[in-house]
Amino acid sequence: MSEVIIKTVNLNVHFGKQHILKNINLEIYKNEILGIIGPANSGKTTFLRALNRLNYLFKDYYQEGEIFFAQKNIKDINDNLLRKKIGIIFALPQVLPITIYENVAYGPKIHGIKDKDTLDSIVEKALRKAYLWEEVKDRLHTLATKLSGGQQQRLCIARTLAVEPEVILYDEPCSGLDPISTQKIEEAMRELKNNYTQILVTNNTKQAARATERCAFMLMGELVEIDRTAIIFTSPKDKRTDEYVRGVFG
Amino acid sequence: MCIREIKESVIEFFIKISGFIIILFVFLIFLFLLNDAVLLFKDFPLKEFIFGKRWLPISNPPHFGIVPLLLGSLYVTFFATIICVPVGIASALFIAEIAPKFLRNILKSFIEILASIPSVVLGFVGIVWLGPFLKDTLKLNTGMCGLTGSFLLALMALPTIISISEDAIISVPKSFKEAAFGLGATRWQTLWRVVLPSASSGIIAAIMLGIGRVIGETMVVMMVTGNAPLVPKSILQPLRTLTATIAGEMGEAISGSEHYFALFAVGLVLFIITFIINFLSVILLSRSKK
Repeated sequence: MSEVIIKTVNLNVHFGKQHILKNINLEIYKNEILGIIGPANSGKTTFLRALNRLNYLFKDYYQEGEIFFAQKNIKDINDNLLRKKIGIIFALPQVLPITIYENVAYGPKIHGIKDKDTLDSIVEKALRKAYLWEEVKDRLHTLATKLSGGQQQRLCIARTLAVEPEVILYDEPCSGLDPISTQKIEEAMRELKNNYTQILVTNNTKQAARATERCAFMLMGELVEIDRTAIIFTSPKDKRTDEYVRGVFG
Repeated sequence: MCIREIKESVIEFFIKISGFIIILFVFLIFLFLLNDAVLLFKDFPLKEFIFGKRWLPISNPPHFGIVPLLLGSLYVTFFATIICVPVGIASALFIAEIAPKFLRNILKSFIEILASIPSVVLGFVGIVWLGPFLKDTLKLNTGMCGLTGSFLLALMALPTIISISEDAIISVPKSFKEAAFGLGATRWQTLWRVVLPSASSGIIAAIMLGIGRVIGETMVVMMVTGNAPLVPKSILQPLRTLTATIAGEMGEAISGSEHYFALFAVGLVLFIITFIINFLSVILLSRSKK
């Protein structure tokens, strides 16, 4: 595989007295789609949100160990710049109650782009990449909250793409969506593979098997195993991984 | 079974009656005001009441022009609003989004105390301290002017504005903030472009309620604005509001005289203004809940 873009070293995370992540050492390669699977409360989402320091929005959050992004410790990167480079898609589509256009243009605007034509082209490009352009091009200036759930989620992807990230984190992006919408999002992910590193946290093992190249299995805050997706789902080394992917528990 | 049903319907009846009584009261107050106010216009032309620039109730012939009083109220309210809206919204933002928990609790209890200070005490502060202070610093002829009243009224409206805006800000879904942060927005950008716009209708309602409070306030303005029923040329002059006029003159107006009815007419104007303001704020509040 190619170069490492994100690396965590002995990452430990606490919320108050709870020890959520235990000694996570993980390398993520450029332009791969990495899946993170595991039962509820295994720390998948926390891990994801540690990568762009969103966890620091919680008051009793405490973190040990280091995370490196493109060889730089993320502590030394400005939070806003880091979150621009590492975008996130949440489980429930979090569109803002403004128009479709404004939702996508919001990110570039806060990062200082004011020119109307530039914004127009950014919005169109981002919506095309998220497979949404054809569906919304005639109603860009209607409220984004009127879109369906699947469309809203793709709008969130477009919004993230508009700030030109290098990494996109997906936190169970399809948990509230129907199979067709899910399929469209997976298509978008495949299309984005050439230019972006993508990390997909999912409860749906079938989705992980379909959409990812490598897969990590987490349990109770520990990283049990990480390997090529094909191996994780056919011949994992750890018994617990085997049981989880076969559906024995979880 | 039967007894139970009777019980239910009795309770239901009482609850219904309580609701209707409130509506009835408002309606009766309006009728009562209207009834006496209308009597003024038997002898005194309505046009002169609305557009007249002189309020001279005991001269001969008397003049009941409401313009100086209306302008007095509007001036004081306008400046009080200018003072209290930015301060109120900023403190609501601070309390809801920025302040650590212990500070938030301290601030909230102080705001409650501020709300519970009797207006006559504030008026006292105005006469003894704020008025002379403004007179000296701004080199005025008198400290008993519109601006002194505006400052104190702003202080009175602040608790309303802060607590209602704070509710509106807190009820902005956390997901909006996360979405903005996730795109790399700074805290200020998130507050300014996401939180405030989402809370805007609640905040506007808070402002309206604050204005309603200011325009109806009597004691403070009576004590500190100088009570000169002249058309004010600036906020730094003594002026008189609608409320202070009623409170100040009702005692000496002879019951059933023109002057007496004129004060009712002033009351009616005040009622209509506050009714409109409250009505607008209710509409905005209900829209913000959606």
